[in-house]
Amino acid sequence: MKIHIQNGRLVDPANKIDAQRDVFIADGKVVGVGSAPADFNADRIIDASGLVVAPGLIDLAARLREPGFEYRATLESEMEAAMAGGVTSLACPPDTDPPLDEPGLVEMLCFRALSLNCAHVYPIGALTVGLKGESITEMAELIEAGCVAFSQANTPLVDTQVLLRAMQYAATFGFRVWLQPTDPFLGKGGMAHDGEVASRLGLTGIPVETETVALATHLKLAQATGAKLHVTRLSSAAGLALIDQARADGLDVSCDVAAHYLHLCDMDIGYFSPLCHMDPPLRGQRDREALRAGLADGRINAVCSDHTPVDDDAKQMPFGESEVGATGLELLLPLTLKWAHESKVPLMQALARVTSDAAGIMGITKGGHLGVGARADVCVFDAAAERLVTRASLKSQGKNTPFLGISLPGVVRYTLVEGRVMFENEAR
Amino acid sequence: MPKLGHDPQLTRNGELQHLLTLDGLPKAILEQILDIAEPFTEVAEREVKKLPMLRGKSVFNVFFENSTRTRTTFEIAAKRLSADVINLNVATSSTTKGETLLDTVDNLCAMGADMFVVRHASSGAPYLMAEHLHATNRDHISVVNAGDGRHAHPTQGLLDMYTIRHYKKDFTNLVVAVVGDVLHSRVARSEIAALTTLGVPEVRVIGPKTLLPTGVERMGVRVFHDMNEGLKGVDVVMMLRLQNERMQGALLPSSQEYFKVWGLTPEKLALAKPDAIVLHPGPMNRGVEIDSAVADGQHAVILPQVTFGIAVRMAVMSMLAGG
Repeated sequence: MKIHIQNGRLVDPANKIDAQRDVFIADGKVVGVGSAPADFNADRIIDASGLVVAPGLIDLAARLREPGFEYRATLESEMEAAMAGGVTSLACPPDTDPPLDEPGLVEMLCFRALSLNCAHVYPIGALTVGLKGESITEMAELIEAGCVAFSQANTPLVDTQVLLRAMQYAATFGFRVWLQPTDPFLGKGGMAHDGEVASRLGLTGIPVETETVALATHLKLAQATGAKLHVTRLSSAAGLALIDQARADGLDVSCDVAAHYLHLCDMDIGYFSPLCHMDPPLRGQRDREALRAGLADGRINAVCSDHTPVDDDAKQMPFGESEVGATGLELLLPLTLKWAHESKVPLMQALARVTSDAAGIMGITKGGHLGVGARADVCVFDAAAERLVTRASLKSQGKNTPFLGISLPGVVRYTLVEGRVMFENEAR
Repeated sequence: MPKLGHDPQLTRNGELQHLLTLDGLPKAILEQILDIAEPFTEVAEREVKKLPMLRGKSVFNVFFENSTRTRTTFEIAAKRLSADVINLNVATSSTTKGETLLDTVDNLCAMGADMFVVRHASSGAPYLMAEHLHATNRDHISVVNAGDGRHAHPTQGLLDMYTIRHYKKDFTNLVVAVVGDVLHSRVARSEIAALTTLGVPEVRVIGPKTLLPTGVERMGVRVFHDMNEGLKGVDVVMMLRLQNERMQGALLPSSQEYFKVWGLTPEKLALAKPDAIVLHPGPMNRGVEIDSAVADGQHAVILPQVTFGIAVRMAVMSMLAGG
């Protein structure tokens, strides 16, 4: 199948291109940019006039809920969501049931994903067996099975000696360690950011120190062990300041933020909306502003969806009893565009945070750019159009998002994975 | 960023539809409730203690958390208004069998409920009920919050305001101190909201740092940690109950030390104005937050609070029933 995407505005951050260029695809790869290779006869021409042609999005955190939580979502439903959202590669956290702590489980997940022939799935292996924080996993074998990094997902590692050893062991091989900074005690029983809103609503608070105390530990241990640390789901200005400091001290560390934290803060909990119940909690307005600024100037390296489909029953509960998380695969692009527009960040820079920069964190070279020879994972979208987020508009099985009823910019028209059109939405 | 609906306890016309919190409730409605409660205090003195306002209505007392006083006074209030009252102690029934809050609500609606009086251990639970009733086109059914988690206990706040108004007449020249475990107290939050709305110029909170919520000063209060300083010249002392389980964590070292530092004794009370009144939402822990000499002394208005509580709850229910 040969595809010619014509008249589009090609935005390819990795190759520093933002210009009207045609893209030529054959055998699942990009074979030409700007001009067609010799004797290229397109089987299909996609007219992208007025549209942006970008590398398929790379999402650093998308829960597909398999294995173990198939009543919440399945690979089928969430892959459809990924395609509708223009996400062509995604990393999935190990907090499945059972957790991704054995090569067999990872192989099974990769096999299931491959058979669906949709987005590329990159499992993140559990750092410790059962995420229990007691013994380290077979990291070398897990990498061989397909993992790209190791993490504890949202489960804090209590025993810092185990954490030290896990990071040492990972550093032995140069494996990546992704950690969400959460102190296991400071936010015990907590439901929302410890601030004015939580105090007024009588919600048990999660202080900012829950993040900073754990993060300080993680940064020190990364320095001590030489582990490649990536900090996930940064939520506070103070956390970002710690990362700035560690970098000033010479540490090579990356970090990401989830898209909804760029737009929401604790005030949005309003009258106890469980849709705003997140982990880490939505913090104050100043934190949100710091995250937006940090992403703009690149101190925060990437934005992810932190896609967490939750069934209605688990959300229609009093705030503190409801499950945390929001569905996000289909909102990653719109929320990133909205942030970029509001923060006056150029489109190329904004897209870098969900394509090339994210690819760098994951360590993948085939995706995240559209140079000649690259995997033809493409997202063609209308940056000017807006779309109303409704339950019906979401392909994900999880309808849990605070953005229901809100119009967001950016409508995906085509999603290509390895040169195959996996999603198309012709409506103009 | 998400669209916030209007205050779910008010109708589009700004009338009371549910009573969920005193935080943000307009002053006019607060005063209206207190005014309506006034004549209801006399009903208890009548030979026939009945009024017809809620005749034919079914009031469901749904208590997911144990309570004696609040449930009983709501029951008395509803019965004095001629309602049929059904008491459900859900703490020991269906939810332990796995039924969700909203399933319980649907079932009780199917039994013909007109009003829910709900107590729940989770902050915000009555909001969830109110929203569910709205989403299922049952706006005619009202929810009265009888205490949700740490969030609010609006009828307690109202009866406290009624008591203060009864003894002090005017709110706008008072200094009021709220003493004790503000962090875990839904009563304190409702009291502070009502006092500031009604124009009390100085509301103080007194307690150790472990028992005051983050940013409490932004609720419009002055913070004191020293009880002697905080009680100086106050007109009203509002004591809070200290739950015994607070001694188990790292919040407080012992009830003895707590009493020594923050317990209300006659000596400390002497620092307040000579005509100061002492309120307590009950049940009291004598010798923990309050000395018996104060609890039974001439400044205490703790038993009148209970009596006024019935009138205030009658006022709320009659307003919600459109009376």
